[in-house]
Amino acid sequence: MINQGADGELSPSTDGNAAIGGRALKARLRRAERMRKVAAFGLVAPLLLFVIVSFALPIAGMLWRSVEDTEVSSVMPRTIAALKGWGGQDLPSEEVYRAAARDLAEARANGTASAAARRLNYDINGFRTLIMTAARKAPSADEADIRAAFVALDARWGERETWAAVKRASGPLTDFYLLAAVDLQHDASGSIVHVPEERAIYLDVLGRTFRISLTVTLLSLFMAFPVAYLMSTQPAKVANLLMILVLLPFWTSLLVRTAAWVVLLQNEGLVNRLLVWMGVIDAPIRLIYNSIGVHVAMTHVLLPFMILPLYSTMKAIKPHYMRAAISLGAPPAVAFVRVYLPQCLPGIAAGCLLVFILAIGYYITPALVGGAGDQMLSYFIAFYTTDSVNWGMASALGAVLLATTMVLYGVYSRLVGDGAIKMG
Amino acid sequence: MVGGDVLVRFSMVQKTYDGEALVVKNLDLDIHRGEFLTLLGPSGSGKTTTLMMLAGFEVPTYGEITLNGKAINSLPPHKRNIGMVFQNYALFPHMTVAQNVAFPLEVRKVPKAEIGAKVAHALDMVQLAEFGKRRPAQLSGGQQQRVALARALVFDPELVLMDEPLGALDKQLREHMQMEIKHLHERLGITVVYVTHDQSEALTMSDRVAVFHGGVIQQIAAPDILYEQPKNAFVANFIGENNNLHGRIETIDGDRCTVVLDGGARVQATRVNVYGADMPTVLSIRPERLYIGDSPTDVTNRLTGTVVESIYLGDHLRVVMEVPGGSSLMIKMQARPNLSQPKPGDRIELSFRAEDCHAHAPLKVAAGDA
Repeated sequence: MINQGADGELSPSTDGNAAIGGRALKARLRRAERMRKVAAFGLVAPLLLFVIVSFALPIAGMLWRSVEDTEVSSVMPRTIAALKGWGGQDLPSEEVYRAAARDLAEARANGTASAAARRLNYDINGFRTLIMTAARKAPSADEADIRAAFVALDARWGERETWAAVKRASGPLTDFYLLAAVDLQHDASGSIVHVPEERAIYLDVLGRTFRISLTVTLLSLFMAFPVAYLMSTQPAKVANLLMILVLLPFWTSLLVRTAAWVVLLQNEGLVNRLLVWMGVIDAPIRLIYNSIGVHVAMTHVLLPFMILPLYSTMKAIKPHYMRAAISLGAPPAVAFVRVYLPQCLPGIAAGCLLVFILAIGYYITPALVGGAGDQMLSYFIAFYTTDSVNWGMASALGAVLLATTMVLYGVYSRLVGDGAIKMG
Repeated sequence: MVGGDVLVRFSMVQKTYDGEALVVKNLDLDIHRGEFLTLLGPSGSGKTTTLMMLAGFEVPTYGEITLNGKAINSLPPHKRNIGMVFQNYALFPHMTVAQNVAFPLEVRKVPKAEIGAKVAHALDMVQLAEFGKRRPAQLSGGQQQRVALARALVFDPELVLMDEPLGALDKQLREHMQMEIKHLHERLGITVVYVTHDQSEALTMSDRVAVFHGGVIQQIAAPDILYEQPKNAFVANFIGENNNLHGRIETIDGDRCTVVLDGGARVQATRVNVYGADMPTVLSIRPERLYIGDSPTDVTNRLTGTVVESIYLGDHLRVVMEVPGGSSLMIKMQARPNLSQPKPGDRIELSFRAEDCHAHAPLKVAAGDA
């Protein structure tokens, strides 16, 4: 009551002072912390810049390219504008044909027709010749029966499907590549349908990519676990030697290691000869250029990525936990499963994640030691970037791979438990 | 409690790790049912190895260990039904406190309903009933050690082993936990074998203390006997504070002997492990059994020396004196008001009884050093 002044100040004056002091103190703290934050930022800035320029931007660019669609609209702007009002029920109006005639004539003059032709060819096979012929012999835009003139050039100009494809490619954004990457497409009426059986390959490839990656991950885990356990229980000298042996493959080029597997696994290779000599098999069996080769070579290459996180986790598990469990009445096997294994979980989780994600993107190894039916998604991405220069498709496959990996990671970290994945 | 029936017996047990040096030499030890036995000794004295052999984590190189009359040399540790508390608690970090305590019951296939009740009871016993759902990392060191205790006791073992369980705690908490463990032992009537290198801990808690040195039990006795009647110079020096005076035996008369000190003075001492005239000896005298000024009427020995230092510590006074022969002695005297404190440089007389002065054979290492 006494302290209640005109300004409604209820608290005793001492509290008010403390509050002011607190604010001043916070400001001082912020000022003092600022320098440290600036310094910390300065330390990470070069790497941050590097990551942004060489990693984040390219990925953003790739994602953008998977939906960007400007080839046709830049070559045939009039046609695209004229097609806007077309409903798709019957053939487009003469306006459209005339616009196309002008666009194609101009494209021929500028030499840009092939870009549009290639883009449309992705959608409907044979479109390249259709456009290129039309560009070469484009009917005059002033032709009386322009439609007939086009159809005379090629009967396909008289089909709705042709114009629907042009309209679909009108941009500026498209879901064409992304749909194609999961074996889907738009039909003439615009609804999403499965691509015909003979053209559906990517879901298979995606499935194969995950299947191979998963198998390789499990194989690595089963082989890495005992090695990591051994290393973690040995004295430092032996452990270091084992560590060098584990890391040795890292010092050899990936190409050399893969080529070495070719030598070892071929029909007249060391492994086959040994098996024949031991009488296990009568004739050499096919170990390479099939999925056996892919699994063996990939597991070998990726094994260290499983061993290292496992080792670092196991190293931190003190032996007295096992002793405690045994002294409390648990037989060694039970103690291992109930006390040791759960404490390895962060390492197992990290190793599996690391190996799986690396395996998903593998390209060289399956390309060298796998058969035609063992190629993973990266092979097709590489094919579209380097061989057919279809950046849209390459980007879309990349985006699909990225998205599925992210989703799997989300599910995985939920299953394993937040914060349970420990990289080192 | 001493003299109760034997729960554990070590007979002629030897242990070597490298086939050359024995870490434990010809150990004969009886552990009685219900007693609190402490294995005390400096590091490397064989006390932990002895405990680990009993737990089953180390196998004796020779000899036999029996539990309840049955040889357990080849019984794996998980079948021994011995509770164990480790120095670093060894609580399983991925389990809650309650799951940790339930662990020994679960591996013994105790019915679920019983487990809940037993865990609650065990946690209640160590005053952590509210903490069942926490993780070990969320507890303080003392609380973790209590959980470890509850876990080692929950399956009602006859024998509980503790390997320096309080070593990682600060002094105040350690003293508190000592009393708590002692009371738990008294209440539950279990047998405890406790390993420590801290002699005050051993004296506080134990019914009997076995003093280890060089793989051999130097003396095994109740704390007061250990302190008052040490059997050799090692025990005298290891347990409590002690003064050493070097000299030679002149005559032996029953359990008394006359000793000529290096400084030339002649004193009466209690004979412990010296056997003949002219033998070198070390006399052990506790600091509180040396008197300056007023002395009991039955003192037999008097020495004159020079005060080197005098420290006032509230409840008592510590005086360091140098006596002829170069030995320095520490004297602990009761402080009281208006006590005239000896000053450095004063020459004064100190006295002690023959029964407080024990004549031991010198330690081999000590002789070598000299």
